[in-house]
Amino acid sequence: MTSDLMQFALYCAVLVAVAVPLGAYMAKIYAGVPGVLVAIERPIFRLAGIDPHKEQTWQAYALAMLAFNAVGFALLFAILKFQDLLPFNPQHLPGLSAHLAFNTAISFVTNTNWQSYGGETTMSYLSQMVGLTTQNFVSAATGMAVAAGVARGLAARQKKTIGNFWADMTRSTLYILLPAAIVLTLVLVWQGVPQTLSPNAVATTLEGTQQTIAVGPVASQIAIKQLGTNGGGFFNVNSAHPFENPTAISNFLEMLSILVISAAFCFTFGRMVGDKRQGRALFAAMGVLFVLGFAGLYASEIATNPLHAPYVAAGSGNMEGKEVRFGIGNSALWIEATTAASNGSVNAMIDSFNPLGGMIAMVNIELGEVVFGGVGVGLTGMLLLVIVTVFLAGLMVGRTPEYLGKKIEAREIKLAALTLLIMPIGVLALSALAIVTGNAHGSVQDAGPHGLTELLYAYSSATGNNGSAFAGFSANVDWHNAWLGVAMLFARFGYIVPILAIAGSLGAKKTAPASSGTFPTHGPLFVTLLVVTILIVGALTFLPVLALGPIAEQVSIAAGQSF
Amino acid sequence: MSNTNAEISLFDAAILRRAMGQAVLKLNPRGLMRNPVIFVTALTSLLVTILVLRDAAIGAPNLAIGVQVAIWLWFTVLFANFAEAIAEGRGKARADAFRATRSTTRAKVLMDPARRDIVVPRDAAALVEGDVILVETGDVVPTDGEVIEGVASVDESAITGESAPVIRESGGDRSSLTGGTRLVSDWLVVKVTAAPGNTFLDRMIALVEGAKRAKTPNEIALDILLAALTLVFLFVVVSLPIFAIWSGTQIPVIYLAALFITLIPTTIGGLLSAIGIAGMDRLVKANVIAKSGRAVEAAGDIDVLLLDKTGTITFGNRMADAFEPVSGVSEQQLAEAAYLASLSDDTPEGKSIVELAARRFQPRIEAAKGASFVPFTAQTRMSGVDLADGTAIRKGASDAMLRYAGAALDPALDQIIRRIASSGGTPLVVAEDTRILGVVHLKDVVKPGIRDRFAELRKMGIRTVMITGDNPLTAAAIAAEAGVDDFLAEATPERKLELIRAEQAEGRLVAMCGDGSNDAPALAQADVGVAMNSGTPAAKEAGNLVDLDSDPTKLIEIVLVGKQLLISRGALTTFSIANDVAKYFAILPALFVAAYPGLKVLDVMGLGTPTSAILSALIFNALVIVTLISVALRGVRYRPSSASALLSRNLAIYGLGGLIAPFIGIKLIDLLVDLLHLA
Repeated sequence: MTSDLMQFALYCAVLVAVAVPLGAYMAKIYAGVPGVLVAIERPIFRLAGIDPHKEQTWQAYALAMLAFNAVGFALLFAILKFQDLLPFNPQHLPGLSAHLAFNTAISFVTNTNWQSYGGETTMSYLSQMVGLTTQNFVSAATGMAVAAGVARGLAARQKKTIGNFWADMTRSTLYILLPAAIVLTLVLVWQGVPQTLSPNAVATTLEGTQQTIAVGPVASQIAIKQLGTNGGGFFNVNSAHPFENPTAISNFLEMLSILVISAAFCFTFGRMVGDKRQGRALFAAMGVLFVLGFAGLYASEIATNPLHAPYVAAGSGNMEGKEVRFGIGNSALWIEATTAASNGSVNAMIDSFNPLGGMIAMVNIELGEVVFGGVGVGLTGMLLLVIVTVFLAGLMVGRTPEYLGKKIEAREIKLAALTLLIMPIGVLALSALAIVTGNAHGSVQDAGPHGLTELLYAYSSATGNNGSAFAGFSANVDWHNAWLGVAMLFARFGYIVPILAIAGSLGAKKTAPASSGTFPTHGPLFVTLLVVTILIVGALTFLPVLALGPIAEQVSIAAGQSF
Repeated sequence: MSNTNAEISLFDAAILRRAMGQAVLKLNPRGLMRNPVIFVTALTSLLVTILVLRDAAIGAPNLAIGVQVAIWLWFTVLFANFAEAIAEGRGKARADAFRATRSTTRAKVLMDPARRDIVVPRDAAALVEGDVILVETGDVVPTDGEVIEGVASVDESAITGESAPVIRESGGDRSSLTGGTRLVSDWLVVKVTAAPGNTFLDRMIALVEGAKRAKTPNEIALDILLAALTLVFLFVVVSLPIFAIWSGTQIPVIYLAALFITLIPTTIGGLLSAIGIAGMDRLVKANVIAKSGRAVEAAGDIDVLLLDKTGTITFGNRMADAFEPVSGVSEQQLAEAAYLASLSDDTPEGKSIVELAARRFQPRIEAAKGASFVPFTAQTRMSGVDLADGTAIRKGASDAMLRYAGAALDPALDQIIRRIASSGGTPLVVAEDTRILGVVHLKDVVKPGIRDRFAELRKMGIRTVMITGDNPLTAAAIAAEAGVDDFLAEATPERKLELIRAEQAEGRLVAMCGDGSNDAPALAQADVGVAMNSGTPAAKEAGNLVDLDSDPTKLIEIVLVGKQLLISRGALTTFSIANDVAKYFAILPALFVAAYPGLKVLDVMGLGTPTSAILSALIFNALVIVTLISVALRGVRYRPSSASALLSRNLAIYGLGGLIAPFIGIKLIDLLVDLLHLA
């Protein structure tokens, strides 16, 4: 246990140590690229006919973002649907069914990377590299561009524009994601992750049977799936697979890269709005929720499943669904990071966690993916909750609520309030719809509360654009492929467009200088307030259904009841 | 005005009685729809009532609990209506007092403004803008207007409560005449400036009654958020029975309704309009009329207060502060001379000299016997006294006195004069015959306590700027003494306007007060412009608040009222939302314990039975509205302090309190419910 906690402490320390300078670097990139780099981007912009200095209003910015994603979706859909007709398909895998191609294309465009399929048995190398990996980059870059635009809006003083989407998206890819991914790829290759275009190896086992050993361009995809909070693995079992995640070093680096860019965005934000304390406060709030989540997960997993107690050694904890090489500490930490950050990659099977552990993973998602969250969008999601918090409590200092000197008025509240509806609709309404239409029972593996959790987790994961799966839920059927796709789409843009609109509206407003009468949006009091508001507004919504799912399961198995 | 600013008891019996009736009348759906949370509550109550009636018809079991849930749901709506009705009732009580002053006077309309002898009587209500009327001694002014001819003294006590009559005359800053006031002397020819039903008095009445109350921007934003939270909980509650069926249990709709109503923010939803009306009421009590609720809210947001020096920061009269004799003259000698010269001087300066001299030395009053007073004239620019023995004592501005004495400026005297001037004072030179005795230091006396007031404002993050026509030297001295943050010396209306624009360009909200016509542009530009009731119609039109007492210090109070209004709203919102935690822990185990007995662990309050838990949470939810009516009406207690201090204090009381209170409240109600075997 001590070594687990020390690893956790080390993880947090390294995360902060990397995120702070990275955040500063990213702020520089978004403020305008330093001279030497212009040579890299100039030909790209010239070729695409983009003037990176041309500022866009929030509407133009959002429209560019939507158009870019729409085209990305169409392209990816076509590649997946017709991969059998395209090159780099040494296993001669067939094209995907329309609903699976729809679901997968949305899933990767929205940075969810929910996988209704098993990677190595479904996707050609071309689909993985050109289709999925491209979206791994640009869906992440989209989120990062959104955050940059929003930060500019909040920093603006009576300005109508929030930057240029094309420039932000290109630079996010070129100067942040790409270099980081290249470095991480090389390190992973060094650690033993395959990177090859050869077909799968076929080995003859001692028993004389033929075993196919899947390989492929793995390392490059793993690097970006972690860094870009994508999470879609090359292999079906994701980073529990020894070729995706072979060593302790690879495990640590992969966990680190889940959170590092999202965490760095807090500091980028602080610098972009000209008040580093604001960024630190957001980081602190996310950090508190992260530590709370890890503590809960870890506490849940070091306890033995009561139903297993007679069969396992006392004090061995819950090892079901976990890799022995990672153990409880690293599995709990990975799951905490991946669900907090809308990544969705896994190195252990959440389905097999003790009920409360699984619940914490799900709650992380249901908070709206704001505990670091997806790259860029984690920050903007948090800002939406900051606006709600500032509005609810800000009145108590006797002023119209302000954030960063901008008055929060009806328009902003209307937009922020809309986003409060996304999670309840995506998770509660769609899960309930699946039940009443009779599409739930067939897909869940388990009866009783655990089955309910599996269903809820799937819709939470899609709505939160997380992409991790509670194994045991068979999503690859028309109904779920379609509705999970809708949930991903609705939630992704349902958060992004309103926050861009808010940024545009706040950017056009005057900025009131801070005084001692201003509601402080930094410091421990505000961080506490923000955390409590997130828990009350976010988590309480789900308490009833959590009571019927994981909580009911936990109390039942504690009483020796199974379903 | 008899009692507009009198204290109306928080629970005045007559108001309470009427409010109870009003609470029922307010069930009218059209009115309820203005308040989304309460409207939803009413719909839910209706649904439950229908279900209970159906259950009664088919003789379903557990009818008693259904009936009680229905009753408490309706009570929730009624309590919210009741809160609003009380607030309106208090406003109405004040409005009635205003209305009493409005009589059905007949106006004397002049067809030809030049001919005062031809008047056509017309009903006051039939007057239109632009009519010219004659008002004579004893007449009640029928409507608002501007004096175009004549001078008269007017009793404005009906509006301001101030009994001393004031002068109203054509031209200048005293040409505005308010309907409902009474002429006590002379006559005035007045041009009507307000359309019927839109006079100052009418607006005032409408405002305090809350009849025309439009929602303020902040109220609208809060309404949106409350509506969104209501929708969120709607999704929670509507999907819940489906998940319950999955779990092998069924939740009666009546219980779901109870859960829904306890979760949605009924507390703040029910009290929101009461808070707004009460805020307006507090302003009226301070004798300030806001033209809109928006202005009151903006007052809370003010960053910069522009305060006129005279009347706000200083008493406006220069007062004798010290006697500074030239060499060879004793202080007493100078004081006595100044005393004699001022005995018959009625100006505040003169009186203050007499008072200071009398306090410091005991001057001989007998020397004044047979003396003749020489009044101040614009030509001589001095005043004084010729004593019976022929001695002439004069006092006046230094240049006038030097000319009078025919003396060259003595360097020592010059030094005294300069020192006084540079400290912000006015030197008054005193001479006996042609011998200059010394200087009386007249000082602009800063009001006691104003310095602390400014310190308070600074703590609240509000910057004070003193506006004065004085030269920069004098202004700086007074500014330092009063403790303002900044000053604008040699102010003209244009420079004032410039200053406001400059502050606003930096994102600050500015408040000011003014009375003259030349203040109108600045009043209109300021985010909060308080016009003095004694001011011109143009100023009153430009400002968004009018102070009936014409007291510029009121500006500070207005800011506090605005802040208190916003704080009350925020505190009760926080309380309302924090309450949800306990309600979940009361109701969820009650709903689910049949499906999963282990969920009993969520019942941290250890409530009697599932039904008593649901009923207790619902009762608590309804009662909390009634309990908090007094907080809504009185406003959350507010002491000026920094935002961080306010936040920690209010979070501790309303945030933490809101988390804890319902755990205790629901438990207590549950004990009672069990005791009475209600469920």
